[in-house]
Amino acid sequence: MDRNVFRFIWRYSKRQQVLIALATVLSFPFLYYSLELPAIIVDEAIGSTLEFPVTVLGIEFGQIDYLFTLSGVFLALVCLNGAFKYYINVYRGVVGERLLRRLRHELYFRILRFRLPQFRRMSQSELIPIVTAEVEPVGGFGGDAFALPIFQGGTLLVYLVFIFVQDVVLGAAAIALYPVQAYVIPKLQYHVNQLGKRRVRAVRQLADRVGETATAIQDVHAHGTGRRHMADIAHRLGGIYEIRLEIYKRKFFIKFLNNFLNQLTPFFFYSIGGYFVITGDLSFGALVAVLAAYKDLSGPWRELLNYYQRTEDVRIKYEQVVEMFVPTDLQPAHQITGTEEIEGPLPTRLTLSSVAYTDEGGSQVLDGISLSIDLSRPVAVLGDGASGRTEFMLILARLLLPTGGRVHLGDHDMAELAETVTGRRFAYVGPAGIVFTGTWRDNLYYGLQRHPAPSLAKDEETRARERRRVEQARLSGNIELDFHADWIDYAAADATGPDGLQARALEVVSMVDLDRDIFRMGLNGTIDPATQPDLANRVLAARGQVRARLADPEQADLVDLFDRDRYNESASIAENVMFGTPVGGAFSDDDLAGHPYFRKVLDTVGLTQDFLRIGQEAAATIIELFADLPPGHPFFEQYSLIASDDLPEYQAIVTTAQRDGLDALNQAQKQRLMALPFRLIPTRHRLDLIGPEIQARLLEARAVFHRDLPADLRRSVDFFDAEQYNAAASIQDNLLFGKVRYGRSAAAEKVQALIVSVVEDSGLREPIMAVGLDQPVGVAGGRLSPLQRQKLALGRALLKRPDLLIVDNATSVLDAAGQERVHGAIQDRMEGRALIWAPHRAALAKTFDHVIVLRSGRVLGEGSFADLEDRGLLKELLDG
Amino acid sequence: MGLSEEVELLKRIPLFANIEPSKLKLLAFTSERLTFAPGELLCVEGEMGTCAFIIVRGEAEVEVTTPDGPQIVARVGPNDFVGEIAILCDMPRTASVRASDEVVTLAISKDLFLRLVTEFPKMAIEIMRVLAQRLERTTKALANAHLGNAPAAGA
Repeated sequence: MDRNVFRFIWRYSKRQQVLIALATVLSFPFLYYSLELPAIIVDEAIGSTLEFPVTVLGIEFGQIDYLFTLSGVFLALVCLNGAFKYYINVYRGVVGERLLRRLRHELYFRILRFRLPQFRRMSQSELIPIVTAEVEPVGGFGGDAFALPIFQGGTLLVYLVFIFVQDVVLGAAAIALYPVQAYVIPKLQYHVNQLGKRRVRAVRQLADRVGETATAIQDVHAHGTGRRHMADIAHRLGGIYEIRLEIYKRKFFIKFLNNFLNQLTPFFFYSIGGYFVITGDLSFGALVAVLAAYKDLSGPWRELLNYYQRTEDVRIKYEQVVEMFVPTDLQPAHQITGTEEIEGPLPTRLTLSSVAYTDEGGSQVLDGISLSIDLSRPVAVLGDGASGRTEFMLILARLLLPTGGRVHLGDHDMAELAETVTGRRFAYVGPAGIVFTGTWRDNLYYGLQRHPAPSLAKDEETRARERRRVEQARLSGNIELDFHADWIDYAAADATGPDGLQARALEVVSMVDLDRDIFRMGLNGTIDPATQPDLANRVLAARGQVRARLADPEQADLVDLFDRDRYNESASIAENVMFGTPVGGAFSDDDLAGHPYFRKVLDTVGLTQDFLRIGQEAAATIIELFADLPPGHPFFEQYSLIASDDLPEYQAIVTTAQRDGLDALNQAQKQRLMALPFRLIPTRHRLDLIGPEIQARLLEARAVFHRDLPADLRRSVDFFDAEQYNAAASIQDNLLFGKVRYGRSAAAEKVQALIVSVVEDSGLREPIMAVGLDQPVGVAGGRLSPLQRQKLALGRALLKRPDLLIVDNATSVLDAAGQERVHGAIQDRMEGRALIWAPHRAALAKTFDHVIVLRSGRVLGEGSFADLEDRGLLKELLDG
Repeated sequence: MGLSEEVELLKRIPLFANIEPSKLKLLAFTSERLTFAPGELLCVEGEMGTCAFIIVRGEAEVEVTTPDGPQIVARVGPNDFVGEIAILCDMPRTASVRASDEVVTLAISKDLFLRLVTEFPKMAIEIMRVLAQRLERTTKALANAHLGNAPAAGA
């Protein structure tokens, strides 16, 4: 990486910079003429210093014709100058953005190439602003770096030449103060630069602290140290404020000085220029033109000074970025981007020759380990927290390089292997269980993403877009591979396509004991019947079976099935009227009573008054029951239709209604009352307010709601229809097509068991698991438990069928039974392939013939578990 | 059956005889009506309990595990109160209660139960009285146990 920003810009945009410079130089003659023309127009065409008619290029002009012709030429020059400027500006933008893209790509690539220990020295909150925000000005500057001084300097020169041509003395006056500025300003600027450096550092540290708070938020709250952190941030913000204030003061002082010096020059023009015009040494038109030119002169001059300040700013930023990104030890680029392979099976002998590892703090973690490991049988590695086991396992996986000694796989030096070998043939699972944002499926398939399949697009438009993408990536030095292609290496998972891979993935999921989780995810997931009509139909068929089983008298009262012609006592009134699942926001609002369409439906069937009355009675009951409970009592949340904060308001409404009648209420109060019935579930709240007569009219309301639903609201609700799949509801709700009744003991569990058994019987388990795989895991797996994360990480490693699987403490969160199951499954799966395992409890290594015991960074012994136990080498580990 | 009927029902239970109707209404509203099919367990011996039951309809058997297998120690029916020991003493259920026929109950949460007891000394006294009667019965039963078998209630 170039350490100087100009060298970086020049290296990657020579041609473009030359092109911009050429275009700039080419524009100067036109600029010059556009300056000279006004003088000619004023003096010759208007001032009549010529004898008319005049002959120019063989054409004869009268004075008026001459004036208009010259004015026309002036207009053309203005347009031409504008066109030059436009072209140059856009091209500068292109150059700048390409440089920025290249720089960011390079920085990101360097992050990939950092060795693991580097990440202990650098926090991610420092890295992110560097790649995103800090380099931004470098991009803008890239297009200007050479072009701007040429353009503005050239323009300045053109103006100066013009002024000098008019009058040498005036010219000298115009530039008289430049040397002063050129001397003083860099001196002042130097201090600003130093402050700029401090500011960058301070902001990075601030970012680091903010990031730290986000990661450690639990402990911040647990220890109640929020105030301390706020004080820390306030302290840092104060520091940044002081630095910025100082920068402003100095920056604006420089500006002030510049402006002052620039304003001094016109003084010379008026006095000296005026004197010459009066004495007749200078034409009046020339003075006007000089003054106009001088007015324009200040533009380029200011631009040049700004450019100087910006250069300094960008130079500092660039240097500071590069400083961070040029660590002494980077992984060779070709190891990450290369595609070398080892043909055939991997060698089965792993040789460590005096492998040592010293961490950044200088302590010796591993010390002269020499081993020869036969990979044809499983190997266990045991050692306590201080044994260096973690580093040992990372070194075996080539994720960490030893600081001394070498590791060989057969004849291959491990340090030299490309990631196409280590990433595809090895798998490493650590204790953390790293999860990416996306779905379960994305996470399981992650390790199979090896190379983009060639695009099969036939149509010219797609291909043209693709060519443009590749061309642009190449011009910015970015990797040219297509992110949106299918990257999956199906063969690696012993599959030929997506369906086969899914079957493999489901096998792995049950191996790591995640099948129940995925199944539950699938039941709670939704599908789009338009894209999966077959699955939707099968779910509908299964719905029939659920219904048949519920007909059994023992189960009959567990569920209140949806029936278009029957009122559902286990559902709320809102659900009964809508008789469907809300889609989007229109009907999911808490306050349906305020929805104009609902109001209209109630009016149509004449329920408005009843709703008011029911609302009033419900409110009165709730107030009577809950009035003397302290606010915030859990009962409000649990049982009440009214939140404790709203109780006084309802109290007032009920009092008014009881005294003056319901008609005395204003619209907002009525709405408050009417909101209550919508939330009522008769079997749950048991308020006896929804009698058979009201129920009949609610059914009427349901019909009206359906019939009159305006076209723009059609998409806001997905109706319950016994023969239709409801896309807005979960698969489970689609299977059930009803509501679990209140008041039956353990009804929910029984219904769940019934649904699961129907799913099993109708062969829906696998498709539902597939839906489960497509459920999101949250940002960086935020929705997963630590247990699920560990299992998912293991599953990901197993799915790619590595030749060598290295497992370090990756099942620590599993319970004992789960560990036994998962360990057994993994050992079966890795039969005939290499497995190096560091279990978190020594006893789990019992079945291993080859066990390596580490202590304090050295090999304490190796041999079969029984043998080591006999020699007493495992005592501490087994006891601990 | 609605809230007002439940209130009427609660009024008939001696334990709640002296409690004002609005409190009984709150009790009825916040307790869950749970129906158990014949053979289902209202509570399971050894598990932590979260609620006590007032039997509204049906009969249930109270059984405890003995070295000779499960032994029925009492029968409970309408207006009886079961499962209060576990929530009063914060200990696992001392016996299982199994529905003999369809049993309809009002399940009163621990929270609400304790609140009522603290707020209404009369109710506390009533509960003490019920518990004392049971204790007296148990003592008698223990005395009899030397001669034969004995019943006891209260899971």
